Amino acid sequence: MDQVQPVIRVRDVVNRFGTQLVHDGVSFDVHAGEIFGIVGGSGSGKSVLLKTMLGLHRPNSGTVEVEGRDITSMGERELREIKRRYGVTFQHGALFTSLSVAENVILPIAEAVELSERTLNELVELRLRMVGLPLEAAPKFPAQLSGGMVKRAALARALALDPPLLFLDEPTAGLDPIAATAFDDLVIYLRETLELTVVMVTHDLDTLARTCDRVGVLVDRKLVVDTLEGIVKSEHPWIREYFHGARGRSMNDPAEGRDGT
Amino acid sequence: MADTAQLESVLRAAERTRSAELLLDLSSVGETDIGPAWLIRCALERLAARGVDVRTEGASREHSAYLDGIAGEQLGQLPAPERSSPQRWLIDFGRSIEARVLSWVEALTFGGQLITTAATAWSSLRRWRVPSVVRHVYETGVQAIPVVAVIALLISVISAYIGAQQLRPFGAEIFTVDLVAIGVLRELGVLLTAIMVAGRTGSAYAAELGVMKLNDEVDALESMGVNPYEVLVLPRVVALIIALPLLTVIADAMGLAGGALLTSYLIDLPWPQFVTRLDSAIGETTFWAGLVKAPVFGLLIALTGTLRGLQVRESSRELGRLTTVAVVQSIFLVIFADAIFAIFFLEIDF
Repeated sequence: MDQVQPVIRVRDVVNRFGTQLVHDGVSFDVHAGEIFGIVGGSGSGKSVLLKTMLGLHRPNSGTVEVEGRDITSMGERELREIKRRYGVTFQHGALFTSLSVAENVILPIAEAVELSERTLNELVELRLRMVGLPLEAAPKFPAQLSGGMVKRAALARALALDPPLLFLDEPTAGLDPIAATAFDDLVIYLRETLELTVVMVTHDLDTLARTCDRVGVLVDRKLVVDTLEGIVKSEHPWIREYFHGARGRSMNDPAEGRDGT
Repeated sequence: MADTAQLESVLRAAERTRSAELLLDLSSVGETDIGPAWLIRCALERLAARGVDVRTEGASREHSAYLDGIAGEQLGQLPAPERSSPQRWLIDFGRSIEARVLSWVEALTFGGQLITTAATAWSSLRRWRVPSVVRHVYETGVQAIPVVAVIALLISVISAYIGAQQLRPFGAEIFTVDLVAIGVLRELGVLLTAIMVAGRTGSAYAAELGVMKLNDEVDALESMGVNPYEVLVLPRVVALIIALPLLTVIADAMGLAGGALLTSYLIDLPWPQFVTRLDSAIGETTFWAGLVKAPVFGLLIALTGTLRGLQVRESSRELGRLTTVAVVQSIFLVIFADAIFAIFFLEIDF
């Protein structure tokens, strides 16, 4: 039915650690230009799924195709080529602590192309402006930044190579609502102007509601994919609990969440 | 992104022109990513600032509204990189002295904290964290036995070999036994053990505590009202004060065994005679002159390792630097202390 090739096509992925089965036949597609959210309980294997898509973890069986090429059976060199096509932000930023913010942004660029110092500085300025970081932050080290600034700096680094595909692991966790909203706006804006495809793992229901076109929920070791409206209507008990618990309700209607009916 | 380098050289050539008018044909650039678009924009701005009239052709304008938007935001300026100058040099010099002084102050605070912790911990056995001490004795002592034993054996083989060779012309080969026994018991056994342990345990202490520091684990302990010196530092220090003498005894034994082996092979000295010779060669104090140094060395290594570990803050590079510092300084301190011991023992005729 779907004629357009999906950017990411995951088929029957099985991940097993020892006797513990984490994923048992996870299949889904991520289409170009969409923001795809992944949610799931703690320990349901969201991070493992993300790592599988990034090619950092090889699944026990199943395939992951990025732009039509299977990364699970790929050699190191080819995989490295693919990895240049996407930007990633990690849950805790994963900025290099021994490098300044500017050097963090420069690192992937300088690894890919040889450019003069002035050009690199211009690109640093661009990335910092894109994520709305004050330019004075450029020579600072990650330990000197606040949590929100670390997230922004991490996004600046992820965007350094103009990737068409962006993976965000809990991008708004630990941010105040204003900063989180600004981050959502930024992601939406980048998607619209740069036609990015975004895959994000998040627990933030507001972010989910505002940004994601489709949502995948990891339950019973499988991924249930639908639009947010469809997911919210799901009959599955865990999904109901997730979206209709006290926090879920307050997302839809603050008054309802407060009186707890 | 790969052709950004090409774009850069084109823009640079354009900026070098002296003409007042410029036509930039960007049709070959085609659909640009946002990075290259920004570089073009920056170059155009600089040209415009110089009063060059630039017209562009075929440039995709899809990002221009976005770029205008972010360029307009008040985010300040990229700070200029610091240039080297005499003033700069003076500032760096001052900072390095400040850092040195602070490091001494930290070392003093550390020592003071540890002494008060140890003093208050006297009152009950529980606060000496016996299980933790035992674990560290196991890790720093028991697990180090193979490497320490082999090193001691090898070093006594080397000194016996060289000694026998040098003493042979004088017909004094029998004194090889004296050389090896006194050398190993007084100096080599304890010193090499201490150096091995400094490399093994000093670095482990610094790295362990450093990572805990980076993970806020030390703060977590403190927030629970637990004294980190009592839980983290004291057991490690006590463990090494216990472990190093024990390792030294093993090193001494292996050293003497190596000496006996080599003398029986090199100068045909049978084992019973080796023992007799050994008995007359070493005095009552020889063994103790070596062993008494071991707890002091252990203390120095453990203090340096834990102090440097707790000084780690902010970055992984700090961790690496301070781990190195811990090893180098503890080896230095061990050798320095050994020299003082040598002079002291000579003076009191020990």
